[in-house]
Amino acid sequence: MTTAIELEKVRITFGTFTAVHDTNLDIRDGEFFSFLGPSGCGKTTLLRTISGFTEPSAGVVRIGGKDMAGIGPNKRPTALIFQNLALFPMMTVAENVAYGLRVRGVGKSEREQRAMKLLDQVALTPHAHKKISALSGGQKQRVAIARALAVEPKVLLLDEPLSALDLKLRQHMRRELREIQQRVGITFIYITHDQGEALNMSDRIAVMNAGHIEQVGTGREIYSKPQSAFVASFVGESNELPGKVSRISDGMCTVDTPLGALSGRVGGDFRVGDAATLFVRPEQLRLAAPGGDHAFRARVDDLSFEGSMTHLGLDTGLAQDCAATLMTSNHESLPEIGADLGLSFNPLDAIVLKSGAPAA
Amino acid sequence: MNNLDTTFIATALVVVLFFFLVRYDRQRRPEAIGFFRRNGAVVGGYLILGVGFWLIMTFIMPMVFMVDLSFHHKLPPSKVGGPEDVYTLDNYRMFLFGSRTSTESLNWLHLRSFFATIGISMALTLITFAISYPLAYYMAQSAKAQQLRVLLLLLIIPYWVNDILRAFSFRILMAENGFLNGILQGIGLTGQPIDFLGQNIALYVALCYSHLLIMIFPLYNAIDAQDHNQIEAARDLGAPWWHIHLFIVMPHAKPGIGSGMTLCFMLTAGAVATPLVLGGPNSLWFTPIVYDRFYQLFDWPQGAAYAIVLLLACIAIVFTVLKLAGLKLGEIAK
Ligand SMILES: Nc1ncnc2c1ncn2[C@@H]1O[C@H](COP(=O)(O)OP(=O)(O)O)[C@@H](O)[C@H]1O
Ligand SMILES: [Mg+2]
Repeated sequence: MTTAIELEKVRITFGTFTAVHDTNLDIRDGEFFSFLGPSGCGKTTLLRTISGFTEPSAGVVRIGGKDMAGIGPNKRPTALIFQNLALFPMMTVAENVAYGLRVRGVGKSEREQRAMKLLDQVALTPHAHKKISALSGGQKQRVAIARALAVEPKVLLLDEPLSALDLKLRQHMRRELREIQQRVGITFIYITHDQGEALNMSDRIAVMNAGHIEQVGTGREIYSKPQSAFVASFVGESNELPGKVSRISDGMCTVDTPLGALSGRVGGDFRVGDAATLFVRPEQLRLAAPGGDHAFRARVDDLSFEGSMTHLGLDTGLAQDCAATLMTSNHESLPEIGADLGLSFNPLDAIVLKSGAPAA
Repeated sequence: MNNLDTTFIATALVVVLFFFLVRYDRQRRPEAIGFFRRNGAVVGGYLILGVGFWLIMTFIMPMVFMVDLSFHHKLPPSKVGGPEDVYTLDNYRMFLFGSRTSTESLNWLHLRSFFATIGISMALTLITFAISYPLAYYMAQSAKAQQLRVLLLLLIIPYWVNDILRAFSFRILMAENGFLNGILQGIGLTGQPIDFLGQNIALYVALCYSHLLIMIFPLYNAIDAQDHNQIEAARDLGAPWWHIHLFIVMPHAKPGIGSGMTLCFMLTAGAVATPLVLGGPNSLWFTPIVYDRFYQLFDWPQGAAYAIVLLLACIAIVFTVLKLAGLKLGEIAK
C-alpha cells in the first residue's frame, strides 16, 4: 500500500505554546484514519496543517510523496470539511456543490451535471435548488460532503463533522460516511473526541493527548493493547489500580496495590520498584465463587440492570471508582447493593502501564 | 389657503398614507401582542410620541414645506398668501430651460452641472468603495483585536475635525505652492506645480476622504458577520483570492455595500461646504448653484425646486441600483 500522507517530525507552535510536538505519522492510501483525543489536544491544528492553512514550525508534510511546504490550501489535493461545515448561505445547494468546479473553470452545464450526480449520491437531488438555510442538520452535512468530493480530492479531511447532530442522526451518518468512503475509495482523515465514533468507523486510529500522538493502531489494538495509561483510560472504560511493581517475569508482572498484589501483562518498559498502574476492563472482571479465590474484594454501591448486561458500581476503598460489567445470563442470581464481593480476572486480560497523567 | 395650511394638510396625508402602507405591507399575526401591552403605556407612549415628533417635525413637515414652496413664485412677504400667490411650474422650467417663458433652448449650464455632479458622485462612490473595501476586510477578518483598536482610533479621530476646517486645510495642502506640490517637486516627480484646485482634484480627494468612514463602517459590519470558515472553505476548494472576494465575501456583504454606497453617494452629491471651498473656478458641482439660488438671488422657491430635483434624482438612482443589485430597502438597514 502506498502512503497518502506522511508527517515527518512535524511541530506546530503558536508563539511560545507548542500545540503539536514532533510528530511522525504515515497515513495509507484509501484508509479511514481517525485522530481521537480530548478537546484542545491539537487535532484541528494538525488537520489545518495537512490542509495548508497552518504551516508547520518544523518538519515536513508530504501528500502523495510530495513536500507541501509553501503550497497553499487551494493548491493541495485535500478537501476539508469544517467543524461548522461553512456552507455558503448565499448559494443554493447545487451551487455550493459546484463551487469548486466553478473555481476550476468548468463550464456551467458540465458543473451542474456533475453537481447533480454528487447530490444524487448523497440523496439530495430533490433539494438541489433550495437555499442552505432550508435544510436540516443531516442534509447540510451531506451537502458539505458532496461539495468537498466535487473537487475530487485525494484526501478528505473531516473535523468533528457529526458533533452538531443529535445522537440518532449521528449514528446514521457514521454508517453513511463509512459507505461513502468505501464507494469513492479515497483516504478519509477523521477527527473526533468521541471514541465510539473512532472505534466504529476507522481502519486505524491515532490517539492524541496534549499535542502528542500516544498510539497508532486499529481500533482493536488500541482497545485491547493500550500502550500508555492515557490510551487505556481514554479509550473505553477501565478500572485503574495504581501501585508499585514487585515482580516481572515472562512478559507478566505483579503490582502491589492497596488491594493486594495483582498481576497483568507488561505494557511498558519498567523495573521492579517503579510506580505502575494495572488496568482491567469492567467486562473482564468476574465474580469469584463465595469462599473461592479472588483478586480483590469490593462492595457493590450501584447496580444497573440493562437486559443482557448488568453494570455494577464497586467501592474498593480507593480514590478511583471501579466498575464491573456482567453478562446477565451467566449468573443465576445477581448481587445486591451493599454486598461484599470477591472479584477476579485473568491476568492476561489486564495490562500494567507506567502511571501517567490522568485523562482529561 | 396659505403655505402653512398646505404643509399641515399634506403632512397629515403623508402620515396617514404611511400608516396604510405599513398596515397593508404585512398581514397581522393573530398571536401578536399589542404594542402597548408589550412595551407598557409609558414606554409605548414615549416611543410613539418621540418617533412621531422626530419624523413629523424634523423630516416630513419641512420637506413638504419645501416641496410646496418650490411650486410658488418668489414674492415679498406682504404678498405671500395674496391673490398673486398661485401655483406655478416656473421654478422647474427655469432649471430645464433657463427661462420662465421660453422652452426654446435647454439650460445647459445647470443641466451639465447637474449630470456631472451625479456622474462624478457615482464615480467617487466607487473609488471610495475600492479604497474602503480592503481596509474593512482587513479589519473584519484579519486584524487582531489590538490592531483593530488602533486602526479604528486612527480612522475615527480625523473625523472629529469639522467639514469646513478640513476643506480649508485641504486647500492649503494642495494649493499651487502648497505642501503636496512642494513634496512632489522636491522629489522631482514634477517640474511644474500641479493645479490640484483648478482641476478639481482637491475637491474629489476631499469628497472621497470625508466619506471614507461612512463607507467603511457598514462594510466592516457586514464582512465581520461572515464566518471566517466560509472564506477558508472557498480557499480550500481551490478559489484564488479575487474569486473569494467577488463570489463569497461581496455577496455576503451586499447589504453593507448597499448601505455604504447609498450613504456615500447621497452625501457626496449633496455636499456643500467642500465644493464651496475646494471647487476650482470651473467647478461644476450642483450644490453651490442651489446655494446661490437661496443666498445670492434670494429666490427660495427656485432654490427649493433645484434642491428637490437633485434629491429626487439621487433617490431614483439609489432605488434603481438597489433594484439591480437585488437588494430590498429593509436589508441595507440591517
Ligand atoms: N491560532 C492559534 N493561536 C494560538 N493558539 C492556538 C491557535 N489554534 C489553536 N491553538 C491552541 O492549540 C491547542 C490545540 O487546539 P486545537 O487543535 O483546536 O484542539 P482540538 O481540535 O484538538 O480541540 C489549544 O490549546 C488551542 O488553544
Ligand atoms: Mg477542534
